[in-house]
Amino acid sequence: MRCSYAALSILLTLGSAVADPVDFNRDVRPILSGRCFQCHGPDEAERQGELRLDQHEGAGAAYSAITPGSAADSELWRRINATDDQQMPPADSDVPSLTAAEKDVLRRWIEQGAEYSAFWSFVPPRRAAETAAVADQRWNDSVIDRLVYPQLQRAGVQPAAEADRRTLIRRLSLDLTGLPPTGAEIADFLADESRQAYERVVDRLLHSPHYGEHMARYWLDLVRFADTNGVHHDHLRDFSSYRSWVIRAFNQNLPWDDFTRYQLAGDLYADASRDQLVASGFNRLHLIIDRGTALPEESYTRNVIDRVTAVGTAFLGLTVQCAVCHDHKYDPITARDFYQLFALFNNFDGEPETGGRSGTDFRRGLQPPYIRLETPEQAQQLQALDAKLQQLDEQLKPLREALKAATGEQQEQRRKQLEEQLGKLDQQRTAVAAERDALDELIPSAMVMKERADRRKAWILVRGQYDKFGEEVFPGTPEFLGGPQSTETALLTRRDFAEWVVDRSNPLTARVAVNRFWQQLFGVGIVRTSEDFGSQGEWPSHPELLDELAVSFVESGWDVRALMKQLVMSQTYRQSSAAAAELYRRDPENRLLARGSRYRLDAEVIRDQILASSGLLNRELYGRSVRPPQPAGLWETVIMPSSYPKSYEADTGAAIYRRSLYTFWKRGMPPPQMTILNAPSRESCIARRERTNTPLQALLLLNEPEFLKAARHLALQSLQSEQLDPEQRITRLYETVTSQLPDLQTREILLSGLEELQAVYVARAELADALLTGLELPEGIQAGELAAWTMTVSALYNLDATRTRE
Amino acid sequence: MQHVEEYLRLQARRRFLTSTGMGLGATVMSSLGDNQPAQAESMRLPPGVDHVIFLFMAGAPSQLDLLDPKPDLAKLFRQPLPESVSNGQRVTAMTRGATQLVAPSMFRFAPQGESGLEMCELLPYLSEVADELCVIRSMNTNAINHDPAKTFFCTGAEIPGKPSMGSWLSYGLGSMNRDLPDFIVLTSAFWTGGTRNVQALYSRLWGSGFLPSRHQGAAFQVAGDPVLYLSNPAGVDRDVRRKMLDAMQRINQQHLQEIGDPEIRTTIAQQEMAFRMQASVPELTEIESEPEHVFELYGAEVHKPGSYARNCLLARRMVERGVRFIQLFHRGWDHHNILPQQLRGQCFDVDQPSAALIQDLRVRGLLDRTMIVFAGEFGRTCYGQGKLERDDYGRDHHPRCFSAWVAGGGVRGGTSYGRTDDFSYNVVENPVAVRDLHATMLHQLGVDHRRLTFPFQGLDQRLTGVEEARVVHEILS
Repeated sequence: MRCSYAALSILLTLGSAVADPVDFNRDVRPILSGRCFQCHGPDEAERQGELRLDQHEGAGAAYSAITPGSAADSELWRRINATDDQQMPPADSDVPSLTAAEKDVLRRWIEQGAEYSAFWSFVPPRRAAETAAVADQRWNDSVIDRLVYPQLQRAGVQPAAEADRRTLIRRLSLDLTGLPPTGAEIADFLADESRQAYERVVDRLLHSPHYGEHMARYWLDLVRFADTNGVHHDHLRDFSSYRSWVIRAFNQNLPWDDFTRYQLAGDLYADASRDQLVASGFNRLHLIIDRGTALPEESYTRNVIDRVTAVGTAFLGLTVQCAVCHDHKYDPITARDFYQLFALFNNFDGEPETGGRSGTDFRRGLQPPYIRLETPEQAQQLQALDAKLQQLDEQLKPLREALKAATGEQQEQRRKQLEEQLGKLDQQRTAVAAERDALDELIPSAMVMKERADRRKAWILVRGQYDKFGEEVFPGTPEFLGGPQSTETALLTRRDFAEWVVDRSNPLTARVAVNRFWQQLFGVGIVRTSEDFGSQGEWPSHPELLDELAVSFVESGWDVRALMKQLVMSQTYRQSSAAAAELYRRDPENRLLARGSRYRLDAEVIRDQILASSGLLNRELYGRSVRPPQPAGLWETVIMPSSYPKSYEADTGAAIYRRSLYTFWKRGMPPPQMTILNAPSRESCIARRERTNTPLQALLLLNEPEFLKAARHLALQSLQSEQLDPEQRITRLYETVTSQLPDLQTREILLSGLEELQAVYVARAELADALLTGLELPEGIQAGELAAWTMTVSALYNLDATRTRE
Repeated sequence: MQHVEEYLRLQARRRFLTSTGMGLGATVMSSLGDNQPAQAESMRLPPGVDHVIFLFMAGAPSQLDLLDPKPDLAKLFRQPLPESVSNGQRVTAMTRGATQLVAPSMFRFAPQGESGLEMCELLPYLSEVADELCVIRSMNTNAINHDPAKTFFCTGAEIPGKPSMGSWLSYGLGSMNRDLPDFIVLTSAFWTGGTRNVQALYSRLWGSGFLPSRHQGAAFQVAGDPVLYLSNPAGVDRDVRRKMLDAMQRINQQHLQEIGDPEIRTTIAQQEMAFRMQASVPELTEIESEPEHVFELYGAEVHKPGSYARNCLLARRMVERGVRFIQLFHRGWDHHNILPQQLRGQCFDVDQPSAALIQDLRVRGLLDRTMIVFAGEFGRTCYGQGKLERDDYGRDHHPRCFSAWVAGGGVRGGTSYGRTDDFSYNVVENPVAVRDLHATMLHQLGVDHRRLTFPFQGLDQRLTGVEEARVVHEILS
């Protein structure tokens, strides 16, 4: 995108003159892409005047659009400077005309020989050249630092100092596990004087089971994980086994290539393991309509398109869906490429719409094909019950036949007898069946991918319409990436495709993955548009660094944990986020990396942090979704009378204190505690969340009843467990919530605030009582005192520092 | 600053401004303010209209029975629909394969007002303001099922994830007030037509898609707080809240000095805005101060929270307080069967309050500055579905044509636009696609729909999508 390009380039050079030699990919392509490709790009159908500017062949051929070495002899140069009806882009088009600076880039490029080069992300990454030693010794150890430092120098900025230890352990804990450090963990780190102190914390966190939960959460956004269909009735759909698998995969450090293979094609392994099958459920996470209104053929097509779109975004960083209706306007992805991918994912053996309401499948949110994940014991129990049912059926059958045969008046007695017998057996059968269903419902199941025996043909769909068949296509990879294709004798399979995705020659997969992990830790990716590595995506801020990380990631055996460690061990990562206001103004997103990144925490981390520091967090791992309380009536504003589930019934007890990634996610109305803080609806694949700062967020954090209860819980625990004077208590609570110690001024502000609040609550007992509703006040605790402390803790939870990753 | 958001906003704004020849310096300046529009006021076309009230009839009311009279169809009762008319039109799974027999409307239409606009007997109150209405009879859409069709109407695309109409306006035009959201959504909590044919809604219909989330519609709740988490919890009053905020802001200020991140200033400002909203929103939703004659105008239902009537009155109050876009959702229009009975109930809900809204705004001199749109997501078939009697029938979904009405906001009242064939099946004159209506709405607000763009997934995205949209100048005065 030309604007982002311009801004980035200005930013990275921070005002210095634009470097002289023009780089096609960095400088020229964004301009051509934004202003010209719409009519003179890869899309054959839309191409005007037979002129194609995205390739050398096209630009040189027609009208000598570009004459290398001479702008004056280039039609392109004449047209972009024309003021009459020859002007390009045409004055009456939507495309803005070129700025003087953009024209200058094009002029210099032509003068310098108008060299084209292949688009950077479509060429395999290479290791960085040997990097020169850096003057600052601390910035020499990591290749990351050696590649970041020179850009800082060029921009004329000094890196920030290393953050203090409290900030570091808080940052690490939140970044790697999504949970704040405990007081003991902070104390241990502060007391550890060895050189390995930092690394020890990193290793401990990387091996915490909460690491997997936290890493999984990002992946769940990307694959639009949810608990409902997302369309029409928005019925229940249970994918919790898939979620558990993702968490386990990260905790077991499953290599990224296998993580990818299993999701794309786990079902196609010979003797596929349970995990491989569960992982293949990736292909089932698309939105799906319930039977009855849409046309099944159309629903089927929609599902496949959705599935392929997800593959493009999650693994390849490509907006392949742009080619559903026509050749891509900006990238060399053709409609044929898209439908070749379509053909790979087109052979699903199952219904395109969810089925009727009867039976346990519907109640459980399952749809075949799915597998049961029963324990051996449960399997035995099931078998026994099935045997019993069969036995009863065998007893029932002759009786029924006898009853049918027993006609006429003489047989009345006999009939009565038979009916009685049948009734008893039937009753028994119903009971056993119910027992079986109950057991069945306890057993987690997982919807999986399954290939049809006979191949479904695929065509290019004209303008993406499900019933407008163009040319027939066969499974294949996008041609411009040079991957394998079907041949006359062998059709490409999903397994083959998965192998190509993780093949070393694939230029995208490792870069896309590494970039997202970077984004997770630094707030913004090296390529900001982490969902789009195509020509309309953004040029990487540190291309060599991205490539270096991608190559070493592959060479490490796709070791995610090692990569995460490499990133957080860098000096770049460890910088303090305090900086001159000027630097914040010039580089608000920290693309230069001249300081530690500072950004508002994600919704889940904010909530989990409150639960953890208040002592309420339920650390149970895995399992089904839970429903913490939410405001009444939300679902009622969107559901249909026959939607299932129809109303939100909050859980009680420990379930409501589970981590937020287990919260039930209705696509039509996701939990407001999450969406208000920018969690996506999970209707489409999201590679990066936006981060806003709104009054509705302020209201949520100030007033959400469970958050306030957590504050009250923490205040009460503190008052009960320790004899401290108010100042000491403030210090202790401040540390619990922010991991920092308050300075004198902060202590005084909080202390005087506490006194004022206490005066109010003591004078107005009814107000204090209202705040403490539902709580049995322990002996020795004064209502006014607890109320004032509760509001003080609540204030701490609402501080900017608390909701921010610093 | 909100990093991603601000940066993107800056980019988008820059894109717009560079495309209109305004310098970069001015953009950077304006980005420093809070809640500034993506387009400076001076960049707008001559503005005439400031507000839109969108009355969305979810489920799709029958145009044949309400706004597109076809009296001659009575003669064709139960006759098969000529194939030359349906011409291979796709149908839903519900009526695929069934014979298509004509179901004439049982309701009478008569000319009303000075203009003589034909109005249906089910809409007596709207008939009284017929001279304010412009009925568009040639609306058409792409989708045939509710979910994609509603998503298409509300966001310009069938695939979920695009910004909604109101969020585009909030993004493009910015706030007119300090204390309330730019875009508010009001859903009816009940509908007289019964629950049998009720369709689902999705928060994506008022979502901000890829636009910054502060532009998303704030859906007011019927029960409890109108804005989620608006009220102080029990045990916290305004005095306590103020004291708490004061302590917090002093600490936040101090932190700002130490860290230097201007985002902290935004946090402070938004917490203060939240505090102000705690006063301004109740002031907006507590209607007790309205005089009796206003209640009478909207009808007795106005006293029920969550009623369509109450929501219409709230919409007027929102316009007065500078809310940019107000969208009402009324459900229960999906009349596959017992249409006459259910339609009566639905019209009872919407007729009087909609007319009252027009009158009320007119009296206050706000009608010219407020565009009111009344539409469902598609139309209904002229052939019956299920039972087919003269006075009892149902109708299936029909995307090829449907009717909407528009009032106020520079629209020519007392007129109709566009024409359908004798079966209200195909548009035969002046078609108006959904994107054309979007473009027209934006135009009236002073925005060129081609210029209001946001870069996402490699495209300059816009509400009206990639296909050419047209401002329907013919309906404008």
